[in-house]
Amino acid sequence: MIPELGHFALILALVLSLVQGIVPLVGASRNSMALMAVGRPAAQGQFFFILFSYVCLTWAFVTSDFSVQLAASNSHSATPLMYKITGVWGNHEGSLLLWAMSLSLWTVAVTVFSRHLPEAFMARVLGVLGWVSVGFISFTLVTSNPFDRLLPAVAEGRDLNPLLQDPGMIIHPPLLYMGYVGFSVAFAFAIAALLSGRLDAAWARWSRPWTTVAWVFLTAGIAVGSGWAYYELGWGGWWFWDPVENASFMPWLLGTALIHSLAVTEKRGAFRSWTVLLAIAAFSMSLLGTFLVRSGVITSVHAFATDPKRGLYILALLVLVIGFSLMLYAMRANKLMGGGSFALVSRETSLLGNNVLLTVASASVLLGTLYPLFLDALNLGKISVGPPYFEAVFVPLMTPVVVLMMFGPFLRWKDDDFVAAARKVAPAFVASILIGIGAAMAVDHLTWRTALGLFLAAWVVLASIQLLYGRLKERAGASVGSRLRSITASWWGMWLAHLGIGVFIIGVTMVGSLDQHLDVKMQEGQRAELAGYTFTFRGAIDADGPNYDAARGIIDVTRNGRAIATLTPEKRLYWAQGMPMTEASIDIGPFRDVYVSLGEQLETGAWIVSLYYKPFISWIWLGCTLMGLGGLFAAADRRYRRLAERDAKVGAGRSVAGAA
Amino acid sequence: MKAKFLVPLLLFFALAAFLGFGLTLNPREVPSPLIGKPAPEFTLARLDQPEQRFALEEMRGEVWLLNVWASWCVACREEHPVLVRMAQQKLVPIVGLNYKEVRGDGALNVRGMALDTETDLAIQRARRWLTDHGDPYVLSVLDIDGRVGIDFGVYGVPETFLIDREGKIRYKHIGPITPEVLKQVLLPKIEEVRRAG
Repeated sequence: MIPELGHFALILALVLSLVQGIVPLVGASRNSMALMAVGRPAAQGQFFFILFSYVCLTWAFVTSDFSVQLAASNSHSATPLMYKITGVWGNHEGSLLLWAMSLSLWTVAVTVFSRHLPEAFMARVLGVLGWVSVGFISFTLVTSNPFDRLLPAVAEGRDLNPLLQDPGMIIHPPLLYMGYVGFSVAFAFAIAALLSGRLDAAWARWSRPWTTVAWVFLTAGIAVGSGWAYYELGWGGWWFWDPVENASFMPWLLGTALIHSLAVTEKRGAFRSWTVLLAIAAFSMSLLGTFLVRSGVITSVHAFATDPKRGLYILALLVLVIGFSLMLYAMRANKLMGGGSFALVSRETSLLGNNVLLTVASASVLLGTLYPLFLDALNLGKISVGPPYFEAVFVPLMTPVVVLMMFGPFLRWKDDDFVAAARKVAPAFVASILIGIGAAMAVDHLTWRTALGLFLAAWVVLASIQLLYGRLKERAGASVGSRLRSITASWWGMWLAHLGIGVFIIGVTMVGSLDQHLDVKMQEGQRAELAGYTFTFRGAIDADGPNYDAARGIIDVTRNGRAIATLTPEKRLYWAQGMPMTEASIDIGPFRDVYVSLGEQLETGAWIVSLYYKPFISWIWLGCTLMGLGGLFAAADRRYRRLAERDAKVGAGRSVAGAA
Repeated sequence: MKAKFLVPLLLFFALAAFLGFGLTLNPREVPSPLIGKPAPEFTLARLDQPEQRFALEEMRGEVWLLNVWASWCVACREEHPVLVRMAQQKLVPIVGLNYKEVRGDGALNVRGMALDTETDLAIQRARRWLTDHGDPYVLSVLDIDGRVGIDFGVYGVPETFLIDREGKIRYKHIGPITPEVLKQVLLPKIEEVRRAG
């Protein structure tokens, strides 16, 4: 009964999304307040029904109702409650419902937090979001109904994939989807602006905080995902250039370009056409990612169960949404020309340069991801594209991005003197080169890649310090505290996020150059040495869990006779799928991780143990955290609230004038 | 409308055309390194007469299917009626490889179970399943510990291998055989292999 209620609620949500897609748009074109006003309640009602439907599905999982096909394939009565709940999105159908729910949540957030927008603009935004929602809910209902019954019911479920039974998986997909789907808001704002023909910088200002928040979610989602891969897959890697990872990375790159481009459009009125195109492209990449993961055109370790019908449906959706948007863009883009002019040496140029580079980077990831498909389609054979391609393409593209990223903030808007600006940053730049080479020699690993990475990191850190110092010097005389406070939140956001990139580069470079790895056979009491650490195997004990059997190895780690940690990696066998899993055990430190995972037990009773030494790996996630924090600071800037109040007053004045 | 603003749209359509074409291809088709190679040799106890053993050799000269199944496998329920219908229509001989009947089942705890007990239990369960759902197989063999499954690179049940007259693997299907798969993929492949001699 409850699954049928959920199914029915989802159908109602589809009806409401149709209403939301049609009525406000008609209202906006006829200038009818009554019709435009339908958007908000329709969006909120839709959210209610999707949430209800989602709760019904969760109920089937929690109560182990194995007459629901999805629960039977992805849950088990002995699964811990937490993983019964997260199992709902550990599969294609349920995650699609989560996608639809986050879209609906964003829409409701827009109706709540953007009250100050002009009614007609708001109506168009909601209309566009309504159509996206129609696409996804109907996709769910037509090709991937999560409430399908399995009759007769099975006595026991197949359980959630053990890889996904992990705390990281609890938050990774929701964060990622909030990010993916969040770009739909920027997209809807851009389309609404194109539809209305009012293409001044106002829409850029309105959509900036939304875009930034979506970007923060995406950043966090990707970071958590890579952290999960690091400790859960048990091979110590943190990024694999897998098509599904790329699917989240492409919108991130374009989203990064978009938030910078929006800044220029808002402040200087320039790049308007480019910003609109980026807003469309960032969301298109999110959709494309969905297509790649769920259609089966690309093989990937974490692609969902695939079905050509689904692929065709999403492809049709892609063609409709993106085709329509780009058509609209082609029709209106000539109105977007002009805007603030700027000289060759100016902050605009540096931002434009980085925008182009980020877009090219995103395109090259797309190319690498789809290249096997292109060749196959042209009958040129089957190949796979691996990390060497991506690394070869990425390093040369990202090096100028990082250099420009720190140079840009030193430049004035509109026009600047290159010689003066170059003289300002030259000491930091030269010092960074020396530090890069010196540090590479100090760690005894002087390759051009290590030196380059460390140079870039030093450049980011030194230039950040200089930037902050310059900013504080502006108000000489005031106390340091008041000088710090006078800096706006959005400036801090920029500063932190850029610094985060530097920290991230340190992590990537150090792990890439200096990590060490050893696979050893260990009997009880045996020792192994790696990177100055001594690992002593104390044997393995039984450590069975609620839905698995496990052996837990006990390994003492010492350095120069001093105890560092006792690590307890596990080898688990999950009952339902008979799937063996390794649970790595990690001693996390600020400058290195010591990482141990348990392999197979040999017939002699010895175990294969994998030992890793990972210098500075936490800096990768520390960098991501700083980037995310930077985004939050930028989005929380008081300026947006002040502007919102002003817009609200202007809007009120306008509607009074309209009434008169 | 200026022509240059149409560039993004045209690029996208080109991409969409590729993606559409990509849907008709199957990236999973090739990866099995076993295709075109002789099937791994094995001899295993028969399910109907456990004292007798079946060797791959016995099927030489026939085009046949090796279907990997187990009673605990949910997806096998989906494909089983299709197999039964295939058997009734005598489309192609199917040999069943009963895969980890006992240890594959999460509901059972096999730790410390003696191999004899496990074999008896497996026979009992597998026979009951075939009685309940119909037996489409010429015969089934018991892969109690999954070693043969490993040789064949089985990573999920059900899987089906198409083997030619010389004992070479010609095709591998992962996942349940649905009526569509049978009609659109498997039957044409079988025809092709038969014609090839």
